[in-house]
Amino acid sequence: MENKGLTKVDLIFEKVDPQEVLTKAFKMTNDNIIKDILDSGLKGRGGAGFPTGLKWKYTAAEKEPDKYIVCNADEGEPGTFKDREILDQVSYKVYGGMAIAGKAIGAKNGIVYLRGEYRFLLPKLMKELESFHKLIDEIGYDFKIRYCLGSGAYICGEESALFESIQGDRGEPRNKPPYPTKSGLFGKPTSINNVETLVTAMMIVKHGPAAYNILGTKDSRGSKVFSVSGDTPTPGIFELELGMTVQQFVNEFGDGDTKAVQVGGASGFCVPRKKFQNTIIGFEGVPTGGSMKLFNSSRSMYNVLHNYLDFFAEESCGQCTPCRVGCQQLLKGVEMVKKGEMKSTYLNELVKLAETMKVASKCGLGQSVGNAFRTIVENFREEIIY
Amino acid sequence: MINLIINDQQVSVDEGTTVLAAAKKLNINIPTLCNHPDLCVAGNCRVCSVEMKGARTLIAACAMPVSEGMEIHTNTLKVRNARKHIVELLLSEHRADCTKCYKNQNCELQQLANEFAFGDHVFLDLTIDKKYNIDRSSPSFIKDDSKCIRCQRCVRTCAELQFVSAIGVANKGAHQKISSFHDRPMSHVVCTNCGQCVNRCPTGALTEKTYIDQVWDAIYDTDKHVVVQTAPAVRVALGEDLGYDPGERVTGKMVTALRQLGFDSVLDTDFSADLTIMEEGTELLTRLKKALVDGDKNTAIPMFTSCSPGWIKFIEHKYPEFLPNLSTCKSPQQMFGALAKTYYAQKRKIDPSKIVSVSIMPCTAKKYEADRPEMRSSGFKDIDFVLTTREFAVMIKQAGIDFRNLEPSSCDSLMGDSTGAAVIFGATGGVMEAALRTAYEIVTGREVPFNNLNITPVRGMEGVKEATIKIEGCTPDWKFLEGAELKVAIAHGLVNANKIMRLVREGKAPYHFVEIMACPGGCIGGGGQPIPTNMEIRQKRIDAIYSEDEHMVLRKSHENPEVIAIYKEFLGKPNSHVSHELLHTHYVERDKY
Amino acid sequence: MYQVGNLVKELSEKHGRARESLMPILQGIVEKHNYLTDEAMVEVARELDISAAEVYGTASFYTFLDTKVRGKYVIRVCKTITCSMKGKGEIIQTIEDMLKIKVGETTSDKMFSLIETNCIGWCHKAPAILINELPYTELTPEKTVEIIKGYMQKK
Repeated sequence: MENKGLTKVDLIFEKVDPQEVLTKAFKMTNDNIIKDILDSGLKGRGGAGFPTGLKWKYTAAEKEPDKYIVCNADEGEPGTFKDREILDQVSYKVYGGMAIAGKAIGAKNGIVYLRGEYRFLLPKLMKELESFHKLIDEIGYDFKIRYCLGSGAYICGEESALFESIQGDRGEPRNKPPYPTKSGLFGKPTSINNVETLVTAMMIVKHGPAAYNILGTKDSRGSKVFSVSGDTPTPGIFELELGMTVQQFVNEFGDGDTKAVQVGGASGFCVPRKKFQNTIIGFEGVPTGGSMKLFNSSRSMYNVLHNYLDFFAEESCGQCTPCRVGCQQLLKGVEMVKKGEMKSTYLNELVKLAETMKVASKCGLGQSVGNAFRTIVENFREEIIY
Repeated sequence: MINLIINDQQVSVDEGTTVLAAAKKLNINIPTLCNHPDLCVAGNCRVCSVEMKGARTLIAACAMPVSEGMEIHTNTLKVRNARKHIVELLLSEHRADCTKCYKNQNCELQQLANEFAFGDHVFLDLTIDKKYNIDRSSPSFIKDDSKCIRCQRCVRTCAELQFVSAIGVANKGAHQKISSFHDRPMSHVVCTNCGQCVNRCPTGALTEKTYIDQVWDAIYDTDKHVVVQTAPAVRVALGEDLGYDPGERVTGKMVTALRQLGFDSVLDTDFSADLTIMEEGTELLTRLKKALVDGDKNTAIPMFTSCSPGWIKFIEHKYPEFLPNLSTCKSPQQMFGALAKTYYAQKRKIDPSKIVSVSIMPCTAKKYEADRPEMRSSGFKDIDFVLTTREFAVMIKQAGIDFRNLEPSSCDSLMGDSTGAAVIFGATGGVMEAALRTAYEIVTGREVPFNNLNITPVRGMEGVKEATIKIEGCTPDWKFLEGAELKVAIAHGLVNANKIMRLVREGKAPYHFVEIMACPGGCIGGGGQPIPTNMEIRQKRIDAIYSEDEHMVLRKSHENPEVIAIYKEFLGKPNSHVSHELLHTHYVERDKY
Repeated sequence: MYQVGNLVKELSEKHGRARESLMPILQGIVEKHNYLTDEAMVEVARELDISAAEVYGTASFYTFLDTKVRGKYVIRVCKTITCSMKGKGEIIQTIEDMLKIKVGETTSDKMFSLIETNCIGWCHKAPAILINELPYTELTPEKTVEIIKGYMQKK
């Protein structure tokens, strides 16, 4: 187990001269840009963790002339707020990442899908976009970015649901294949990337892939912005190298009484105290889009689980059976067990149901509900039952 | 060709084939629910989940295209566990009152439960916490949300096949449901009552409104004289609900069964179909004369047929500016209704207030049509009850009739004679063909120039068909049509009706006469026909219709002796004053959205 | 209730009449009036030439495109776990007492609606709320009273 310890990094919010970086990127060949991203080992920073270089490579390979870069700013995972901060502070880097991605894959159009809850940021973001367009026009980019707003739907953070939303439909995830790199927004080849991923890509162009690659572990290269909240004296966003253990994280951010850490939000994993030491925060351990919630011994894990299940039952798009009905069954099921109206052994059936949801749901939402369910029930069974 | 392995068996299929279809080629049935051969792929029920080697999750066979070297297993432990769970989950949000349900024994959810989920069910009943809505506002069908399993077949049908979208998916999560515009009653939205959604609903969430008990009551009321008419499309499909294969003609037995059910007079919609041809043919020729000879700009051309009530409601909502283009003729059902309580009552010396007029239709929209306030030309409600083909089969079973062993018989007289032209009303293109057989002969004195009267250009399953008939050698009265090229079009399924209407609206429709049927395939694919439905079944029913036509002695509407008689003794001539009072109607402009 | 008037036409001029114009148009109506009336949805259906059921189906999917009546100021209180832990219950109680309505309801003068919503991205400064599009964070009952009073005084 590669353990890099807890190290703070300043990459995402580092002030750079956009003209310098974008001019450098403009002079690079598309293949070289993609090679740099591949060599850096960067994986998607929204939570799914797909190698960014590969995504750009596949999209670039498509012959279709109409392509899109989409920035997924629908940050909705409970406990994640880092994209809001990134947009608020360094939106020009998000735009920069998009322009570079556009050049690499051959897209002239970029869309930022901004969640409705962040609509208050729009005036500032549009003003900065105006300056940005002037800048890249001068350099010679043929690239335009526009905004599309969400309106309160967590599922629109799922890539194909996001496309559906931009297209004016309900945010219902699509059948895959075909994948977005081949058929994405409006059926065209699309690379959809998280806010942080795009900023990181721009920084990799600036500093070169090696500087990024030496950070992190073999499976989790680089650094990440974490959103820390809950029972912690220091809530906020922190940029850290990947590859620390949960124990190291808790040592830094806990309040001395941490009994559990929910890594990855409602769709993530609950790590109990006894596993802090042996769990790596990264794609080889518990992956995350950055949401880190700390719970101390005063918290009822039943309440935590109930809160998450209630969340999913509401936010599921509702189209597929395992998720639409499964979420309701899990929610009602734990309520009945808690009330004593169902035997505690019923939890075992629910764990099996969570497994079915994992393998049979149409999209990542349904597939991930079981993560929190299983890890909380496994590690805090008594709190659910009594 | 793509080569893959399913359950350790090799198979080669074209690129783009789904795993589901590839398995079918190997005679391996993967269960499905949201999938339907007439509709686009949904992939939401997940019943068809199967294992694919190398995949992290199961895959939906209906939505996964094959790829070279793919390895699929359809019945592993992982698949069976998931499948059982999925069926149980569906059952947990479904108010199962099977023994009371109209779809009992013809329900796809029941079938899945029987195959994959018998034994103890683990999950909690979610229906007890939900406030379900049961919409009985439409005279044609009932929408029972408590039985909906959200496969979205109805939504896709209404959108893709019918281009109406009166229903859609609303809300999300636990509140997701199939809904009309803001949950308004179905009778208050743009629904055309075509019943195509009813045909494709796998459960009892969408069923026709039944009037079986009312009809039994009428039959057993000694004070009442109950007459019944059956549409042509019924006789080629009824058998499917009584153990026959699709496409078997059961006309003779059907008539005997009706007598045994206790109807006082067994008559035939085909009679009034022939009547419709007389009225509508005359109307068309009159319009052509007004438009082409008199130069009357106000005469609306093209003329549209008006016997499909689903189509009527469609044009009333979506293209009300073209209502003048509709033929003013009522449908055969309604013409019959008006005459049953006037002509028939007089001839048989029966008090019309004691007559109960029942029709058996392949259609759910006809239940709405019978209820239209203007359908009271006789002074009474012209048609009292409309039964679907399905309801008819139920009554036959209820009466304990051994259908297979019945001796065939013929309809009663006065309004029971029919011709081949009437029978083909049931197929798309049939009304057009029947009209041409008569109109051409009226105008030229000769039979249509097609082998054996089979006007094949207007037949077939293409969504929109066009044909041009040259009119030559006219009789003196019709000289103005000499050399004219009569351009006709036929559309079936409202999505195709819409295509034609778009052309008409843009002024690009060169037609004189257009036949439109709301249902795919024409009436044989109607919303009241036996379930299931697909292209093959509809094709077989159509073949049976044309076969029935070929075997009839009389094949032109104007040769029907009872039609000749009714004009002589009662109506005078087509489009006469009496005809207009009883056999013609008007239409209503409705909300577009 | 409000009169939708020319708003739909104006929004269509700005965003177009294709299917992908639907979201910006609905958002534009909600930005002005905070919810969608049946009349507004039918106007949108007419302008885009799509069925009203489609418009409703799409609108009802999105939590912020309310088809229920909402007041001039829509207060959305986050109910996800961190805000829950940090005192959202008290905040709701405070607002309910002040406005004399329960969660899900609108004041009789149509000024305020109180709704619960899911994570709005302010977990490090919980409990947090949105009033229309503006976030208010690190709330206490006292702070909440001040904020609401401020809105009550707006003309």
